[in-house]
Amino acid sequence: MNVETIIKELNLKVRSASDKLNNNVTGGYTGDLLSDVIANSHEGDIWITRQVHQNIVAVASLKEHAGIILTNSCEPTGETLEKANQEKIPVMISDLPAFELTGKIYNLLVK
Amino acid sequence: MVVWNKLKITVHTAETENYLYKNSFDVEGGNFNNAGAISTQVKSILKNIGLPNNVIRKAAIACYESEINIVSYARQGVINLIVTPKTVEFDIADEGPGIPDIELAMEQGYSTADRQIREMGFGAGMGLYNIKCSSDIFNLTSEVDKGTFLKIIINIP
Ligand SMILES: Nc1ncnc2c1ncn2[C@@H]1O[C@H](COP(=O)(O)OP(=O)(O)O)[C@@H](O)[C@H]1O
Ligand SMILES: [Mg+2]
Repeated sequence: MNVETIIKELNLKVRSASDKLNNNVTGGYTGDLLSDVIANSHEGDIWITRQVHQNIVAVASLKEHAGIILTNSCEPTGETLEKANQEKIPVMISDLPAFELTGKIYNLLVK
Repeated sequence: MVVWNKLKITVHTAETENYLYKNSFDVEGGNFNNAGAISTQVKSILKNIGLPNNVIRKAAIACYESEINIVSYARQGVINLIVTPKTVEFDIADEGPGIPDIELAMEQGYSTADRQIREMGFGAGMGLYNIKCSSDIFNLTSEVDKGTFLKIIINIP
């Protein structure tokens, strides 16, 4: 499944790297502590978080995540978007809280 | 062993005599704008060398947490990377406040990170613990008001 499919299924808003939506999603990780995400997430994961600071891009880029989804309609900062476009990391927004969003994406991925 | 005003030192072992790759990266304390950039660069270097995924994964975790600690707590630091046929090694030194109680600092959840650092998602108190878990040799030494030195070795199976 690619990022684009998740965007369509869950009505996400895309805020950066709209040319990278064909990134393949092989799993997901939910977390707001960067050390936890660095240690436990995997390449190809879609990362679900409410952190909006630009450091999320460095984490997603290092871990080679397929993209980042911000929960609860949180908007990324301008610096985050600038960096995300540079690093070609799609940042998306959902109006759902992390629990519901994670459940929905999990169901899409195990189908 | 550690000369604090000469950060670009490497601890030589028999292994590091015939290295495949060696480089030094300067890290600026207090600047979160590029925090993590060196680790991403190191990861791509290790990929190009063609190391196994699991080694790259561990090295990326160790390098990232070390880089963030310099940015978070020190004035300046350096990450020395040495790759040998059998190991990935990091010699990481910084000039800064040092760590008064290393045992305490190693505890999961212990952190002196301030509110600003925590608001960015850092300061979970898992960094040093994660570095230790990712490495085969982990040697942390520090001198208060001078700095901190960390030797990390990850074996290549
Ligand atoms: N390079 C360093 N210089 C000074 N203090 C440090 C350094 N690295 C770690 N520390 C201290 O050790 C604590 C634990 O570090 P760590 O496990 O990385 O967790 P965190 O950075 O999330 O607090 C830090 O809060 C800090 O007090
Ligand atoms: Mg840390």
